[in-house]
Amino acid sequence: MRNAFADEILKLALADERIVVLSGDIGNRLFDKFKAAMPTRFYNCGVAEANMISLAAGLASSGLRPVCYTITPFVTTRCLEQIKLDVCYHNMPVTIVGTGSGLSYAALGSTHHSFEDLAIMRSLPSMNVLAPADAPELRAAMRWAFAQNQPAYLRIGKKGEPVLTEEAAFTAGRWQCLRTGSSATLLACGTILGEVLAAADLLAKENIQVAVWNCASVKPLDLEALSHLGSSPVFSIEEHSVLGGFGSAVAEFLSSRRDPPRLIRFGIPDEFLHDCGEQEEARVYCGLDAASLARRITAEIA
Amino acid sequence: MVNRPSTSDLEALAREIRFRLIRMSHEAQSAHLAGALSCVDLLVALYWRILKIDPANPASAHRDRLIFSKGHAVSALYVTLAKFGFFPEENLARYNQHGASLPEQPCPQMTPGVEWATGSLGHGLGVGLGIALASSIQQNPHATFVLMSDGECQEGSVWEAAMLAPKLKTGPLTVLVDFNGWQATGRSRDIMQMEPLAEKWTSFGWDACEINGHSMPEILSALEKPRDHRPRAIIANTMKGKGTSFIEDDNNWHYRAPSAEEVEKAAQELGVVH
Repeated sequence: MRNAFADEILKLALADERIVVLSGDIGNRLFDKFKAAMPTRFYNCGVAEANMISLAAGLASSGLRPVCYTITPFVTTRCLEQIKLDVCYHNMPVTIVGTGSGLSYAALGSTHHSFEDLAIMRSLPSMNVLAPADAPELRAAMRWAFAQNQPAYLRIGKKGEPVLTEEAAFTAGRWQCLRTGSSATLLACGTILGEVLAAADLLAKENIQVAVWNCASVKPLDLEALSHLGSSPVFSIEEHSVLGGFGSAVAEFLSSRRDPPRLIRFGIPDEFLHDCGEQEEARVYCGLDAASLARRITAEIA
Repeated sequence: MVNRPSTSDLEALAREIRFRLIRMSHEAQSAHLAGALSCVDLLVALYWRILKIDPANPASAHRDRLIFSKGHAVSALYVTLAKFGFFPEENLARYNQHGASLPEQPCPQMTPGVEWATGSLGHGLGVGLGIALASSIQQNPHATFVLMSDGECQEGSVWEAAMLAPKLKTGPLTVLVDFNGWQATGRSRDIMQMEPLAEKWTSFGWDACEINGHSMPEILSALEKPRDHRPRAIIANTMKGKGTSFIEDDNNWHYRAPSAEEVEKAAQELGVVH
């Protein structure tokens, strides 16, 4: 996804001279083409993320369209007040991109994990929160974000994610139904979509047919889709804490429905991870790999 | 006011603004009077001699920008903006009142002439740096000023911006530190060792100087001297509560508001007829 980000931002910036890239000393060589093509529109702001965000808000207030890029926790929780006040309160069109989100950098430990970014970002007024599932959807989400006149937060993975979506399908506030099935509805948010589709395959082998939705738009939610969910159980699945993120947003909406379906939220448990391992191992530990998901879903709908 | 007021015109204006501030603090029973009084001379010099800014066209893309980063002292900015013509002086009577346009901390959506919402310290310099960088990217030659407090320099984000600024090719950027020597609960030097402050900015690559922040000739000279490629930092040594004997250098006035009798006493000391 990060290579797609670098490629897409180059294309967008060549067509829109307002776009300026700010990096928090990350993306070694990733932006070489961008820097060569537009040297006055790329700035490495150093290991100083709070200032990067305030600086972006200043650029935006003069009519530019900055994007701030670094590893997710450093561009979200570390500089939260700058995002809240300088970006959101002033409603500045700053695009914040957190790379290596969720468990992408599982091996690097809690300093590099981000299980709380969706919860925090979606609580800020005027902020749009997008969690694209793969590279094509990221490109579409970027095009959408730069066409808005508001802040946006994009939570992305690392590299080599499988391609699961069709590029043209992304619209904010609209989710895509990728599979239909009546036993349950799986709402997948972000790069966990691959595991969710694989879990649906495993369930199908057991003659359990589930619907799968790709839910990249965390804020705004797809209220129409949520309003039309029937009575079969709904599962929200995200590589984020079970507290406060996508599943919580779904629960908030469903709790106001007169006849809400049962909602089961799958995510990272409310704890720090202390084990040593890569994203795949961490997903197994959290019960978010395809086999665990299929087993847990079966247990819930039995 | 004539187009280019003399130094003594500016000094008289500063006294008027100080008195209006004291009266406003009394009327609204609002805090932060002393830190507002300390930066009045800096504001007068900026608005009446330096900033290229037109109250009739406050959103002009070519205007000079002043980020008033010590948001708690915004009453000083409000009186200045009213006197400069951004809004009627009558509005000051409704400072900090429900439904009025002058909140206790600045908000650009509510008040003409206010550039940025501040109040949480340490944001203004980063934002000002972004604005100054934009002026260079867009080849829009305006100047950017950031007025900060000394206590504010304890925020780490100030030094993140200070470290980056000299490396960027920005439009002209000037920081003014209203060094009144006090912060909310005590002498700033007793709370955190910030001095020597000018040397800190110099060592970060800034063109830094230290002045008497109540001397109009010194303020103007520091603001008007020719620039090189570096951003400029002006450490303005000031007196918290400047202008009246009973508020000066007494930190109780970080929070308390003057009585009607104290307003009269201030008028006498400042030589203001009201």
